[in-house]
Amino acid sequence: MWELFKTFFHIGLFTFGGGYAMIPLIEQKVVDEKKWISRESLLDLIAIAQSCPGIFAVNISIFIGYKVGKEKGAFMSALGSCLPSFVIILLIALFFQHFREYPLVDKIFRGIRPAVVALIAAPVFKIGKGAHITRTNVWIPIAAALAIWLLGFNPIFVILIAGLGGYAYGQFTKEGE
Amino acid sequence: MILLYLRLFWTFLKIGLFGFGGGYAMISMIQGEVVSRYGWLTTGQFTDIVAVSQSTPGPIGINSATYVGYSSVVNAGYAPYWGILGSFIATFAVVLPSFILMLAISKFFMKYKDSASIGHTLTGLRPAVVGLLAAASLLLMNEENFSTPQANPWQFWISVALFAFAFIGQQVYRMNPIHLLLMCGLAGILLF
Repeated sequence: MWELFKTFFHIGLFTFGGGYAMIPLIEQKVVDEKKWISRESLLDLIAIAQSCPGIFAVNISIFIGYKVGKEKGAFMSALGSCLPSFVIILLIALFFQHFREYPLVDKIFRGIRPAVVALIAAPVFKIGKGAHITRTNVWIPIAAALAIWLLGFNPIFVILIAGLGGYAYGQFTKEGE
Repeated sequence: MILLYLRLFWTFLKIGLFGFGGGYAMISMIQGEVVSRYGWLTTGQFTDIVAVSQSTPGPIGINSATYVGYSSVVNAGYAPYWGILGSFIATFAVVLPSFILMLAISKFFMKYKDSASIGHTLTGLRPAVVGLLAAASLLLMNEENFSTPQANPWQFWISVALFAFAFIGQQVYRMNPIHLLLMCGLAGILLF
């Protein structure tokens, strides 16, 4: 149990940039070093975790934790993967408010803010490729973006509608066959 | 104050439950709830939080939940130690649905894997996630983050240039996001 916690704490502490950046480290630790699961089943878990809601890295850690030590293992893994983030961000948050007022820090963040927006905009096209967007379904992302941006729709509501729509479409086409 | 905590919990529970499509899609949802709906943070503060979440270790979803939980409480005028409780509540809430769902899937693993309905649901979800990301970036392109040509033309055009630089660096050259943020921060020191 303690090993699970330590392993995912380590993974959480040393990976930047979120979910997908963690896969190589997870593979190295969990498959090669600890031999908790095989490479094939890790790939299966990744595929399932990708299609689930929630934080990808946490989902993966819960899956592996459960495989090794049932509920308790899952809990220890989830705790391990969240704790480094939680502590680091809390320390930054506690002190950031004071620093933010300094002119130098303000200048830094005025430079960083447009870059942050760019980093969010860039995956639109990368993920767009992975989502198999074609001429027949390209209206979905456009409608979703416009509904949120111009009409002020709640993103959670949009996701809910899209999921229900896909499900209903599946039921409908099944009946037609 | 109890109400704020309850709202934080409920908000991040929903984000954890419907957060399909990775960290940036979640950022779009957090923005929708925390900035647009409740006004706990301004767009500028939110962008700063995304910047910090991006450049510190760990998943972006956890980082931003922790940070938003803290800032929302402190912004409402409460002492920092109440903010710590806020960050705990937000982080716990965002992970809770994952935990329950992943355990359920682990137990009924094969059943889930072959389900056609899940596949169809995802064909609707995946394109919408792309729309979510587009909306998040459009909403963040505002005066607080870029200034305007009228108010401060110098800052506006520099911001546009930094945006283009970071976009091309990420999209075309696959540069490390943290390096890009550091470079733009440095440009901020030199140019503003």
